[in-house]
Amino acid sequence: MNTLRTVLRDARLVAARDLRIEARSRVVIDQILPFAVLVLVLFGFALDADHRTLRTFAPGLFWVTVLLSALLAIQRSASLDSADGTGTALRMSGLSPVARYLGRAAAVLVQLLVLEVVLVGGLVVLYGVSVEEWFLLVVAGVVAGVAVAAAGTLYGALASGLGARQTLLPILVLPVLAPVLIGATRAFDDALGVAAVDGWAWTGLLAVAALVLTVVGASVHGVLVED
Amino acid sequence: MSVVELRAAVALLGRFPALSGVDLMIHAGETVLLRGPNGAGKTTVLHLCAGLLRPESGGVRVLDHDLTEVAGRRSVRRRVALLGHATGLYDDLTVGENLRFWARAAGLSAAEADRRTDEARSRLEVPVRLLDQPVHTLSAGQRRRTSLAALVVRRPELWLLDEPHAGLDQRGRDLVDVLIGDAVAAGGTVVVSSHELDRVAALSPRTVTLAGGAVVDGPSTDGGAPQ
Amino acid sequence: MAEEPMSPAPLPEGTARDTTGSRGSRLLGVLTLVGLVVLGVLAFVLTDPDVRIHPSTGAEFGQFDAVRMLYVHVPLAVMTYLAYGLCAVASLGVLIRRTPWWDVMAHAAAEVGTVFCGLVLVTGSIWGRPVWNTWWEWGDVRLMTTLVLFLMFAGYLALRRTTGDPRTVSRRAAVVALVAVLDLPLVNRSVEWWENRTLHQQSTLGDLKIEDLTLFTLMLGFLVLGMAMAWLLLHRFRVGWLEQAALDHSVAAAIAERRGETPDNELRRAVGDPSPGDPS
Repeated sequence: MNTLRTVLRDARLVAARDLRIEARSRVVIDQILPFAVLVLVLFGFALDADHRTLRTFAPGLFWVTVLLSALLAIQRSASLDSADGTGTALRMSGLSPVARYLGRAAAVLVQLLVLEVVLVGGLVVLYGVSVEEWFLLVVAGVVAGVAVAAAGTLYGALASGLGARQTLLPILVLPVLAPVLIGATRAFDDALGVAAVDGWAWTGLLAVAALVLTVVGASVHGVLVED
Repeated sequence: MSVVELRAAVALLGRFPALSGVDLMIHAGETVLLRGPNGAGKTTVLHLCAGLLRPESGGVRVLDHDLTEVAGRRSVRRRVALLGHATGLYDDLTVGENLRFWARAAGLSAAEADRRTDEARSRLEVPVRLLDQPVHTLSAGQRRRTSLAALVVRRPELWLLDEPHAGLDQRGRDLVDVLIGDAVAAGGTVVVSSHELDRVAALSPRTVTLAGGAVVDGPSTDGGAPQ
Repeated sequence: MAEEPMSPAPLPEGTARDTTGSRGSRLLGVLTLVGLVVLGVLAFVLTDPDVRIHPSTGAEFGQFDAVRMLYVHVPLAVMTYLAYGLCAVASLGVLIRRTPWWDVMAHAAAEVGTVFCGLVLVTGSIWGRPVWNTWWEWGDVRLMTTLVLFLMFAGYLALRRTTGDPRTVSRRAAVVALVAVLDLPLVNRSVEWWENRTLHQQSTLGDLKIEDLTLFTLMLGFLVLGMAMAWLLLHRFRVGWLEQAALDHSVAAAIAERRGETPDNELRRAVGDPSPGDPS
């Protein structure tokens, strides 16, 4: 009954729905993206805006910004089904929890990737960063994005429907994403020519994290949304 | 053949015993009216029959699925339609997009989904011009009709309607009655929870009164005395 | 595990438990206290500080008195992992078997584990101060991993305290514990690679000469702190079990009360007549 094809088809359906809602409501574009750029600017103020300092710290600042913005994007995504009875309707629909998870995570990933692209632009313009290895940058960015989306969707579902949902998400998901922060920053260190590290090795670690988080998330999502 | 069989069903909402021991038997093709004061447990009975709630104790069988088991609850949901107080629609999406999503979520192919949503839309007299309007621009009555249309598409065997007439104008109320009549004529079973006793009386239902989470009046069809 | 009761028996009317102690646990408690005193004496008085002579310069080096912290720090760390491991297993039990026993155990193990984890961080920091000259050394892999672990379970405990359907909360908490434990190797590996890159040369456990009294003290540390953890776990579990019993009892009472809530009974109660079905 629940063949892989059905799951993928349903996941695509769910992802399309989430992205369509975003296209209509533009919460990520109008609210979260500006927030992300604002954080980059704030770092500039805080670190005494000298290009050399900013370039050295750019990878770390970039990923901290991504994580903070991701929190908002995840909360937004989780909130789509906690209003208007759509969560209940989804349970009634027969869509498999795995499909719902993958679809939602895919939509969050797309939004995160858009965020990352804009922020790289921000790094280049505001921090005077120059990209040495584009390919590494893109691959690391995507893989780290997958890990964040996977963990985020899982914890977003976990934290919804309880009291004090908003404040619970960050403390649950951020420690779990510590390896992603460490790895992605080092990969970007390499790609931006900031430090002599093996960015590809780190990207490998990120890929493992992304895989583990996606598999765990998909497996466990059913427990969270069903009874 | 019995569609719903509740024996001393106890259901908790958190720690609150919404249902303290319900005995109820409903046969195929019946129309049943649930009445009772607020807080009596009418909505909970509907949710229990929809497979959304785990019974704390007692026997719950719906459409031959044992709802005390997780698998039973999951299987029964696809065959049942629940109309609750919330719309079950995505505010930011249009009527057409919502109908199409829920139809495809129910497992229909694109072509079949389009066909059935069109049929449902016209049956519930949702104007074509509304198809491209986001749901949040609709009136409460129009939203209610759209929710019903989304359910009609699924062609359920059991209808669980929680105050379906609420918020509708005269024409809308008439449509709900026609809908219920159609459902019964097609061999479906309808359980309606309503305060509009006169209106529903015209459908000649069997009346079951709930209070304090149990049935206090109205025979269960097997002749057993209620609590 | 031996067959666990499915859920606590409801408390009979008029029962009051003012202690979770029992003869066995009191004996354990006394032994643990004695053990802690002995450990304290051995660790802080009788053993020698770590003083080594540099082969070429002849100068003294080593961890000196800081090494004393390790007799407590290392066992604490092992106990932490045991406790969290137990929590993970119990969380699996919550998801698979769904009986209250696993849930109470998971919560108790997480709480005890977090206390011990906090102590690991504190003792590690105290140990590190004279050795590294800072209160916190980002370069120590184990300490960093432990910090992340602590944060993950701090989140677990915060989740536990949210209001909401107890069954939902317990299931979600179980997921948090399991994902935390699955994520831990990733955390450890990433921190390790990170440290290697920065090439810290830090004094660690591996340098020490462990033999004779030092070895005995360390072993004693494991034993005594293991007993302490067992004692804490025992009591915390019992508290949780009693809480569960009280909850079941109140739910049962609520159900009975709700059953009496028919219009007739409500009216009778309002005018003060006892109704036929009332348990009084």
